[in-house]
Order: sequence, then structure tokens, then C-alpha cells
Amino acid sequence: MSGAAVLDIEGLTKFFGGLRAVSGFDLTVSRGQLAGLIGPNGAGKTTIFNMISGLYVPSSGSIRFQGQSLAAMEPFEITQLGIGRTFQNIRLFPNLSVLDNVRIAYHPHAGYGVLDAVLRTRRFARQERELTRQAQDFLTIFTLEGVQHELARNLPYGQQRRVEIARALACTPRLLLLDEPAAGMNPNEIGTLMELIHFIRDRFDLTILLIEHQMRVVMGICEQITVLDFGEVIARGTPREIQDNPKVVEAYLGKGAAGAA
Amino acid sequence: MELGFLLLSIVKMSAILAWVYGLIWILGRPGAVVKGAGILAAFAVVQLAMTLPLGDRTLLDDFDMGLLFQACTMAMVALGLNLIYGFNGQFSLAQWGFYGIGAYAAADITFRWTSGDASGLLVLGSGVILGGLAIRGITRFLRQYRRVPVLSAFTLYLLGAVAAGALALGIGHALEPLLRPLLGTSQAPGPLAGGLPLQLVYVLAVLIAGVFAAEVSFLFGLPVLTLGSDYFGIATLGFVIVVNTLMVNSDTILPFPEMKGGRGMIGIPKLTTWFWAFAFLLLVMVVMRNLVHSSTGRAIVSVREDETAAKVMGIDVAHHKLLAFVLGSLFAGIGGGVYAHYIGFLSPGTFDFLIGFNPLIIVVFGGLGSMTGTITASFGWLFFLEGLLRVILGQLGTEAPTWRFVLYPIALLLLMLLRPQGLLGTNEWGFLRADPVPPREASPAIAAAPDRPRPGATA
Repeated sequence: MSGAAVLDIEGLTKFFGGLRAVSGFDLTVSRGQLAGLIGPNGAGKTTIFNMISGLYVPSSGSIRFQGQSLAAMEPFEITQLGIGRTFQNIRLFPNLSVLDNVRIAYHPHAGYGVLDAVLRTRRFARQERELTRQAQDFLTIFTLEGVQHELARNLPYGQQRRVEIARALACTPRLLLLDEPAAGMNPNEIGTLMELIHFIRDRFDLTILLIEHQMRVVMGICEQITVLDFGEVIARGTPREIQDNPKVVEAYLGKGAAGAA
Repeated sequence: MELGFLLLSIVKMSAILAWVYGLIWILGRPGAVVKGAGILAAFAVVQLAMTLPLGDRTLLDDFDMGLLFQACTMAMVALGLNLIYGFNGQFSLAQWGFYGIGAYAAADITFRWTSGDASGLLVLGSGVILGGLAIRGITRFLRQYRRVPVLSAFTLYLLGAVAAGALALGIGHALEPLLRPLLGTSQAPGPLAGGLPLQLVYVLAVLIAGVFAAEVSFLFGLPVLTLGSDYFGIATLGFVIVVNTLMVNSDTILPFPEMKGGRGMIGIPKLTTWFWAFAFLLLVMVVMRNLVHSSTGRAIVSVREDETAAKVMGIDVAHHKLLAFVLGSLFAGIGGGVYAHYIGFLSPGTFDFLIGFNPLIIVVFGGLGSMTGTITASFGWLFFLEGLLRVILGQLGTEAPTWRFVLYPIALLLLMLLRPQGLLGTNEWGFLRADPVPPREASPAIAAAPDRPRPGATA
């Protein structure tokens, strides 16, 4: 469990105009860890994810992934380096089939170029067969093999969430960022999801950082939790420590609630 | 007689559409022999219909063949635009400009060649090769640096292109005297001025024109594609107008007296036979089809679907926008080269931006993201608008055919109201469909996973 830090964030700050969305955020996630990031709405959790994946440029601070600084990298380079993610509001490719959604993630390591595709070389056929097989493997893990030819937009919500995780895994990440994976799921689906997250972590040797509002998920699977409020870390620790922390209860329920609880 | 003529026109139009679908269908059948025979048959049917005498005329007369040639070039241009707009999601009006660039570039090469001057082929040929090498070299060089501002990169590429052009001019004018005796003059043509060498020069001219249009589109697209879609559309409109203005003034502000500016370029050798029109259309179709149904094609479509998600999937969005734009322009340039050598006369009026909406209408009509739709619409549009409507309305009076420009926008309005996704949506037909995904053999890696969650399993 313990090992080199996969993700090391120091003093991360982001301003939107005069608004300080995140300030002085520190986080270290070691290899194989399942870490959680929680906090009330607008606390800056997704902003941090967007900075890690390169969609936002930090105002200051540093992000290191496996010892390498991510400063000035394009989002696609960061993904190719080994950070996959999902989105809070699902962002599948709606008019493409489920299989194609996952196969797109293989593009950076498809192993053939435009010329191979145009001339339909043997390398094209071999690589295409191989990446299709791998994509179908991911769909099978998420019990989506039956809907692989459906358009992504036609799937029910829970399945769309699973496609998104499958697609992020197909990027072959070392670090997986999950933004509210359980949002909008029923208790039964949440149970399956928790089992799945554990399974993919072990199966693909992943480090996972997740944002979640469902306390059942956070407390159930995270080994280390960081609590954020108004862009600042107010607590960090194991699920038990967090549950008993009066500051956390205050952030979620308001002042005075800590005494009542 | 009038009714008979009308019926014949309808039959011809249906037959052409059936021919298009037949070609797409036979190319989708398994087996190289079947495909080859299908291509040959599709070629031969039209070739026979245009040459075999039927009474005092042929089944397809010059008017029909004119429509057919135009439909072929329009299909190439519209396929290219569909790659840019339909598959990649970048609304572009510049396609018509690249079509014009291709037409004039190819025409200039063969026009000069047939009047005893090889400099067109030599300069433009070495120019596109050197330009390609320069772009390649600069791309390699820029890869060492992160987040290079796009205008700095553009400046480098522009300098590279200018250097390549200057070098090509030098090479062309140094080599040209060597070929002069072999070409002869228009009064006394030399051994290279006709026959097979001329055919070869024609094919080279069309391909060079395509690559030239593609390289221009690279330089134009690099800075402009960073704009959002609407602003990109407006910038492309500016591009068509610039190209058109240069054509109108090609003999005054540009050093090309043979293009004769606004009066139009005459005397282009009519080298586009049915064989070549068919061959180039087939080439564009196959290249486009193979590209779309590949990993690169999926990446191009993902940019249309959701740019942010595409970036996070590790896809270089800027690169794929540029790739689609350059390839689309390549097809337009090839189409322009074929068109110039069929029509034999180029007028800047043909490349006016208003007419540039035609390929856009065809792409939207056929369905954004459907190659089958684009090809069908290209043929159907010309035969409906220029063929059938002209014939029907022609019966009503000499000025009546003008009404087709009222009827045809109304047809377009109705289609947009009733079927906004276009005739075929994103559906494909026959060989233009993706290869079927083979049934999956159980993968040992996954099947063996003992803790694979089952559906409905709870924690």
C-alpha cells in the first residue's frame, strides 16, 4: 500500500477573476491508494480535478505526477502520461456507439497511422482487432457487452456512468480521477459501483482519487479523505476521523449543528 | 414528344441514382474479384451509354454527361466538406476556395505544358514537395517546445512556405529549358506535348493541385482553427472572398497573364475523360471511407461530439481539426483539377462565395456525417436541379427554368422542417459502412477474473 507518491500537489491555487476558487491546496496520494475528496457544493473539488487534468491552468502551485511536473502540459499529454478521469455531468460522445466511445480512448496508442488506415495494411487490421478486443473486455467488466452497438445517448443514466468509467480505464491510466461516480444512482447500483471500484483498483493496479457526495460511498471505500470548504482544506484523515471532526459537520450542516449532533 | 422526353429524363435520373447505389453496394461485397468486376462494370455501363449510338443519338447525351462530370466533382468537394463539417464539426465556407485553387493550379500546369512551357509542372510540383518537407521539418522542430503560441508557429510555417516557394521557382526556371525542345511549340508540338506523356502530366497536375490546396489549407487553418466554430465560419468566408478577388485580378496583381483575370481562363486542354472522373471519384471515396472507419476517424468524430471529453481521452484536438481540414481541402483541390479539365474554361464567377454554399447545402441535405448521403445528394441535386427541373420548366417557356431557384430553396426549407438531420442522417450504406465488429471470443483475462461483479450484485 505505502510507496512512492503517485500524485503530489503543493500550494495549488486558482483564481477566477477576483474569486478564489481554490487556495493553497496540498494533497499527496500514494500508489494504490483510494483517496476521497469531499466538501459542500462550490468548495472547489471539480476545479482541482480540472487543474490536474490540464483543463484549467493553475494560478500558482505545483502538481507532480509520478515525480513529473504537469506544468504547461496540454490535457491530452497529461492523459497520455497516465491520468484518466470522468466528469460530474457525464460527457460521453452521445452520437457514437458505446464500443466506439471506448475505442476512442485507445487512439493515442492505436499503433497505426493515417497511411495504414487509408491503405488498410495488415498492421491496421491486426491493431484494430486487438484494440476492439480490449475495448470489449472493458465493456464486459462493466456488464455493458450487450449494449456495445447502442448509441451512448440512448443508454439509461446508470449505464452511461459505467461507460464513462470504462472509457477512462481504456486510456490505461495509473491514476484515475472519478468525479461523483455515484451521482444519480439508486442504492442497489451504488453497491455494485463500490464493488467495481475496488475491483478495477486491484485488477488494473490503479490509484484512485474520487469526489463524492454520497457519504455511503466515501466512508465505505476511501482510505484517506480530504475535506474542502470554500477552496481550503478543513480536515483530512481516515473515514472515522472525518466523521467525528466537528469542523466537517459544521461545513456540511451549518454552525451550531456540531453541538447538536 | 414532350411527354416522351420528360419520361426519358426521369428514367435517366433514376438510372443514375441506381448506378450510384449499385457502385456503393458492389464495393461492399466481399472478395477483391467481385469488387474489381463491379468497378469495371460501373465504369463500362456509363462509358457504353455515352458512346454507343442509339438511332441518331446516344443514351446519355452531352448534356447528361456534363451533369455527370459535375456531379462527380461536386461529390469530391462535398465529401471533403463533410469530413470538415459533418465529421469534425467545423463549419467551413472555405471549401469552395480550395476547389478554385485546385482548379486554377491544375489548369495552369496543363495549359502551360500544352503551350510548350514546362515551368508550371516543375515549379508547382517541386513547390508542393518542398512545402511538404518544410511543414514536416518545422512540425518536428516545434515538437520540442511546449505551448508554442499559435501565431509564432504560423509565422515559422509561413516563412518555411515562402522559402520553399522561392526555391521551387529557382528549380523550375533552371530545369525548364531542358524540357523545352521536347515540348516544342503549339505550332510544332514535341514528343512530350501529347499522347501518354500529356495524360501523365494531367494526372500529376490534378494530384499536385490537390496537395497544393491542402498545403494552403494547412497555413490558413493553423491559426484560424483555434477560433470557436462560429468565428471560424466567418473567417472561412473571408478566405473565399480573398481567393475570388485574387482570381478576378490574376493578370494584374498576380503574375499570371494566362489566367486572364475576370475574363476567365480559356484554352485549358479538355483531358478529363469519363475514365479519369470516375477514377478520381473512386479514389476520394475509398480514401475517405478508410479514414473515417479508423482510429483517426473516430478521433475526428470525437472532436465534433465533445471537445473537452476528447482532450481528456488523450486526443490532440488541434491536430485532428487541422488533419480533417487539410484532407477535406485535398479532396476539394482534386475535384477542382478534374473540373477544370472537363469544362476547359475557368471563370472567377464559378468560384464566387455564393455558389460556395452549394456544397454546404449538399452536405446538409444528404446528412452531416453520412458519406452515402453526400454522394447521393451530389448526384441527385445536379440531376434534379439542372436536369429534371430545367427540362420540365423548359416546356413552359424560355424564362421559366429560372423558377428552379425558387423551387429548390423551398425544397430545402421543407427538408429542414421535416427532416433536420438530412436525408440519411448519419447512416451509411454498402461499402461506406464500417466493417462489422467480429463476434467476440471469450477473453481469458476477463473470464478468469474470479471477482468479476455480476449484474445486480450488491456490496
